[in-house]
Amino acid sequence: MSKIGNILAGRWGIIGVGGAIGILAALLQKLGNPGNMGICVACFERDIAGAIGIHRADVVQYMRPEIIGFVLGSFIAAHLFKEFRPRVGSAPIVRFILGMFAASGTLIFLGCPWRVALRLAGGDGNAIFGVLGLIFGIWIGTLFLKAGFNLGRNKPTHQTAGWMLPLVMMGLLLLAFVFPQIAGEPKNGILFYSVKGPGSMHAPLIISLVVGLLIGFIAQRSRFCTMGAFRDFLLFRQMHLLSGLLALITAAFAVNILLGQFHPGFQNQPVAHTQSVWNFAGMCLAGLAFALAGGCPGRQLFLAGEGDGDAAVFVFGMIFGAGIAHNFGLASSPTGIGAYGIPALIIGLAVCLFIGFTMRKNIA
Amino acid sequence: MTNTIDARGLSCPQPVLMTMDEIKKGTANKIIVLVDNEAAKENVSRAALHKKWTIASIEEQELDFKITIHHGV
Repeated sequence: MSKIGNILAGRWGIIGVGGAIGILAALLQKLGNPGNMGICVACFERDIAGAIGIHRADVVQYMRPEIIGFVLGSFIAAHLFKEFRPRVGSAPIVRFILGMFAASGTLIFLGCPWRVALRLAGGDGNAIFGVLGLIFGIWIGTLFLKAGFNLGRNKPTHQTAGWMLPLVMMGLLLLAFVFPQIAGEPKNGILFYSVKGPGSMHAPLIISLVVGLLIGFIAQRSRFCTMGAFRDFLLFRQMHLLSGLLALITAAFAVNILLGQFHPGFQNQPVAHTQSVWNFAGMCLAGLAFALAGGCPGRQLFLAGEGDGDAAVFVFGMIFGAGIAHNFGLASSPTGIGAYGIPALIIGLAVCLFIGFTMRKNIA
Repeated sequence: MTNTIDARGLSCPQPVLMTMDEIKKGTANKIIVLVDNEAAKENVSRAALHKKWTIASIEEQELDFKITIHHGV
């Protein structure tokens, strides 16, 4: 078993995993997910926040099975390969706050780093500013890392603690089965469902879930991380994770061409706006928050699946942050940034810089 | 000289950063790195090879890994 794991963590393994994610994401879009949003961790966590009513933006409410699958797929892989290590205690509250502002940043741009890649692969020129902002934010993060920034050590803990987020995800899945979507209805039982907008666009539940499980499984084995891709290149000139991300973009681009999903341009791109400065700045904030927290939003889900309770807290921070992003009107829409987007950006950057400057060394 | 780095409980990329710092210092020709998860083990090993160091051994100790690397081949 461990040999298979080693293969996925090797050079061709990470390229294969990135390629597989790119293909599956483009196919999910074909099967119903929103444009250039076959998979978007931030958007889908926002949709989950909407499904359980943390926000009431009625166009983005759906219990996205992909997110549930990511956690549970990683959970299964970690158990199969004896890598499940329950651990907690590395500044969880700071990780919650970083998750919150990572959500603000991604929702100002309209996409997490995974969607930046998918938007590029779909021909959305606005994503160029997003990826530049992402790299700039991560670069700031690497300066802090070089100066000794860290969130401290975690400690091994009870199995139960490591099971918490996977159990929550199983609970959310159960809710989706107990209260399934009824065509044309905005609500079933306690779950909200969009009848229009991106939240109403989705692949069949079972397909989304299976793809999520598969990606969670292979991503846990390969340590796929879109933030680490740029961070490791900037810090160590290592191409390992970056080759996985490049494979994702290439594969999604190829499938988009084949399926007629490639539409180059800046105007009228799906679930996107054309305010380049804010596309850049939003992803800069997100990139910095991900770099300080040690992983992109996907990686945080996979880590949580293998027992990392601190990553699980980051996930809850993002879901909470996505909820308030819509309640406070700081999330963007295709018409542009929200009324309170700019103050949120300034506060988010200030908080991340404060965390970066003040949490140094002292890791005895 | 042998230097030991305890990177247990630290998340990505701390174990690699600490190993690289030790390599850059140049005071040790052998470094022992303690980590507590597979990903850190792979990352530290990859970084050491990248810096043209050799992985002498990787021992599994209960929940941890003890990685021994040395300079040159």
